[in-house]
Amino acid sequence: MKKYDAIIIGAGHNGLTNAAYLAKAGLNTLVVEKNDYIGGAAVTRELHKGWFYSNCSYVCSMMRQSIHRDLNLTKHGLILVPYLGTVNFSDDGDTLSAYHSEGPYYNELRARSPHDADAMFRLQADLNRYAQLIRKTLLRTPPDPTSFRPRDIKEMLFLAKEFGALGEQEIYEYIRFFTMSAAEYLDDYFEDDLIKAAMASPGIIGTALGVYSPGSAYILLHHVMGDVDGSIGAWGLARGGMGAISKAIAGALKEHHGEIRTNSPVQKIIVKNGKAIGVALESGEEVYASIIVSNLDAKRTFTKIIDKKDLPQGIYEKAKNFKIRGSSGKVNIALSALPKFNNLPDNKYINRGGQGFTGSLKTMEKAYDCWKRGRWSEDPFIESVIPSAWDPTVAPPGKHWMSNFIQYCPAELADGPWTPEKRDQFGQTVIDKIERYSPGFKDLIVHMEVRTPYEIEKEIGLTEGNIFQGELTIDQLLFNRPFPGYSQYRMPLKNMYMCGSSTHPGGGVSSACGANAAREILIDLKKPNTVPEDDCFDE
Amino acid sequence: MNNHNKFSDERLKLSPFHERQAALNVRDAWSVWNGYKFADYYYDAEYEYFCIRNTCGTYDISPMQKYLIKGKDAESMLNRMVTRDISNLAPNRITYVCWCTNEGRMIDDGTIFKIGANEYMLTCGSPNLAWLKKASFGYSSIEIEDLTDTVAAISLQGPTSFSVLDDMGIAGIENLRPFDFITIEFNNSELTISRTGFTGDLGYELWIEKNSAIALWDALYSAGENYGIQPYGETATNMARLEAGFIMPYMEFNEALKTVHFQHDQTPFELNLGWLVDFKKPIFNGRGALLTDKKNGPTYTLTKLDIEGNKPAEASYIYADEKCTKEIGYVTSAMWSPAVKANIAMAMIKTQHLDDELWVEIYYEKELRQYDKVVRCTKQKKPFWMPERAKLTPPRKY
Repeated sequence: MKKYDAIIIGAGHNGLTNAAYLAKAGLNTLVVEKNDYIGGAAVTRELHKGWFYSNCSYVCSMMRQSIHRDLNLTKHGLILVPYLGTVNFSDDGDTLSAYHSEGPYYNELRARSPHDADAMFRLQADLNRYAQLIRKTLLRTPPDPTSFRPRDIKEMLFLAKEFGALGEQEIYEYIRFFTMSAAEYLDDYFEDDLIKAAMASPGIIGTALGVYSPGSAYILLHHVMGDVDGSIGAWGLARGGMGAISKAIAGALKEHHGEIRTNSPVQKIIVKNGKAIGVALESGEEVYASIIVSNLDAKRTFTKIIDKKDLPQGIYEKAKNFKIRGSSGKVNIALSALPKFNNLPDNKYINRGGQGFTGSLKTMEKAYDCWKRGRWSEDPFIESVIPSAWDPTVAPPGKHWMSNFIQYCPAELADGPWTPEKRDQFGQTVIDKIERYSPGFKDLIVHMEVRTPYEIEKEIGLTEGNIFQGELTIDQLLFNRPFPGYSQYRMPLKNMYMCGSSTHPGGGVSSACGANAAREILIDLKKPNTVPEDDCFDE
Repeated sequence: MNNHNKFSDERLKLSPFHERQAALNVRDAWSVWNGYKFADYYYDAEYEYFCIRNTCGTYDISPMQKYLIKGKDAESMLNRMVTRDISNLAPNRITYVCWCTNEGRMIDDGTIFKIGANEYMLTCGSPNLAWLKKASFGYSSIEIEDLTDTVAAISLQGPTSFSVLDDMGIAGIENLRPFDFITIEFNNSELTISRTGFTGDLGYELWIEKNSAIALWDALYSAGENYGIQPYGETATNMARLEAGFIMPYMEFNEALKTVHFQHDQTPFELNLGWLVDFKKPIFNGRGALLTDKKNGPTYTLTKLDIEGNKPAEASYIYADEKCTKEIGYVTSAMWSPAVKANIAMAMIKTQHLDDELWVEIYYEKELRQYDKVVRCTKQKKPFWMPERAKLTPPRKY
């Protein structure tokens, strides 16, 4: 029986990145995947002939360019293209266009509030400053603050130095920022509700927090700290859909002779004398390796595929209580033509990019209230993008598809489990809302896929369909992610590691978790480090 | 007198496509090329660059110089002028050429279209009429017509460019190989379509009598609506051509006839264009000097570089050591490549130092403060961007 050097469980983009780096370092590497396709939540699926949905993650700004470059992902078919303006719609149908150029954007803001147009410059500078600090940590392993090992001390000093460089006043602000709500943070900048709502909306995407919940300010930052070619806050699309990212990383993995086995769900990690030694597949087959890496979320890893008795005391409970709450839905819609939106000029750069059906802070908070009560709101927050307006490969010419991300959607409903009927009602709520802003929208619908947390968990395996593999709150960030004491990718079983978004730096298609985990594994194997440690930005 | 007519004597010439292009130049970003008003960019240079790599875009090449060269002596005259042998060029084929002074210094580069047995079109970036006249001395049967102001030309580049032309109903476009051209009727004019371009991607160039220019534009934009068509300007062109490894006048080379300082112009060998020089031809302009250049090796060699970090190495020196004590060359063009995600450049490096370590000192600005850093460069043999689709025939239909 063939024994591998490393087995990675889950062919999501982080699992593939981890495997690619291990294979590149000469390890005999295998990735096992439960689905018949790779990519996990970074995937492109043809669910209606001719239309290719990025049916989970749908836009990209976090992908580490040093990894893109180092693994030669362009050669393997990856090209990330920017899309331009985004429009936010208020409850009463007003629009706020985020033009792609400073002058026109300033004018647009100024028309609503000269005060806010001015304050936007300060907000952008402040967010950039915060983002730059966080960005420097993305490709670094968080130090263990209780350890006195030289590497941990060195990393602590690095953090302290970067933090100190902010200046005294900013240090106070920064600490405050981590515990604030998005809405309250923005109160210091803006007076106009639509501007405030538009800027706050990234603070609730993917999280079970509301715009007024402490901690949502950081979520906001997490969504704006990415970049497209150095332009912080910009978002891009992967040409060919998000699956192109996974495909390209898989290409790099295969170039280095790594293997992928699809249709191979793992039943258990095989543990002997406290050491992970292999995986038992649901088919009954057992595959052995010196290193086992889980790309599944922390809760799933420790509560579903490891025997409780194989775990040190306390870990099972930690995993069970890991905050990974289902809060988002996704509706993917194939359209026979481009939808037209009310109150938008005939400007192709702005009327087909992103749409934020934001409403107002109040509407977003009310939607959150519904979630807390185990319902979805009749007036949800929807963030939409029309990738086919920018990417010629994802829909037939002249046809389109629209990605709609919905906040909020409960993992469990107050009135019983999800059923296909309830799922479709949820979908109906979403298209009813879009129709209000785009009369005739429903007539354009050719095909529709509605995904609640139930479907996302069932298919992708993300617990409760949480897109970040665990909430991005301070108790679960940096050296606390996934659990205090286990933030350096090594898990409580010997020879076992984690490489998914449950680890630092968290959710998003960044490849950073997978790459960082590979670096730690190579250190343990006493092999030279071949994983990039920064993104080469002199910011 | 209205304001537009004011100073009309001194305003730039307008391209045959100007009316349509002006309407799309949202940013009013104009520059100049051979006396024509010419777009730097229209909306956002990086977006336009991505249209070349992702969908398709049009680039107005009307200001390019176009010469019709006819007569029994046309072939021998051109063959004496350019360094490449064009005697085997088949009708409806195009070849890339350069021409030099007697000292072997490059005057310009361009393309030759063979229209028929005694008929050629030469296109190039700068005016070369005076040199063409000089080159025709002694040939009796030759006629040179400058088509620059009468023929409009537009480049359509990018992966969906073929789909646009196919949807326009252009018969036979699927069979066009790189460097082929066809001539068809369009709007009662002759429309020539060549599979050429300056982007290293799938693309075409369209040549038509200027009165039909707007009709051609409208047909392109009507068919292109579903294929992400977008006009692009000089900035995006410069990005795409650098990734493709193509040289640009006044960046990689200084035209010999306009060069003041001794040998501040270049030879084809210095520019890595040795493959354009055919010594099997017994006679052509600059042959003797070029033979010597080849034998002795060119002083400099144009080299493609992959540079650490992400700061473009614009106007930087190349050194053989990290301490920057031994200067061995200079960067001609540099950029961050958004498609390849690499910091790329072309540089002139002293040939004898090509195998040395290569370091570059990069200056950059951050909120009014100057910074500099020294980073390592790696030589790159192939162009940074060279997709299969650029050569595939028939191309993929979207």
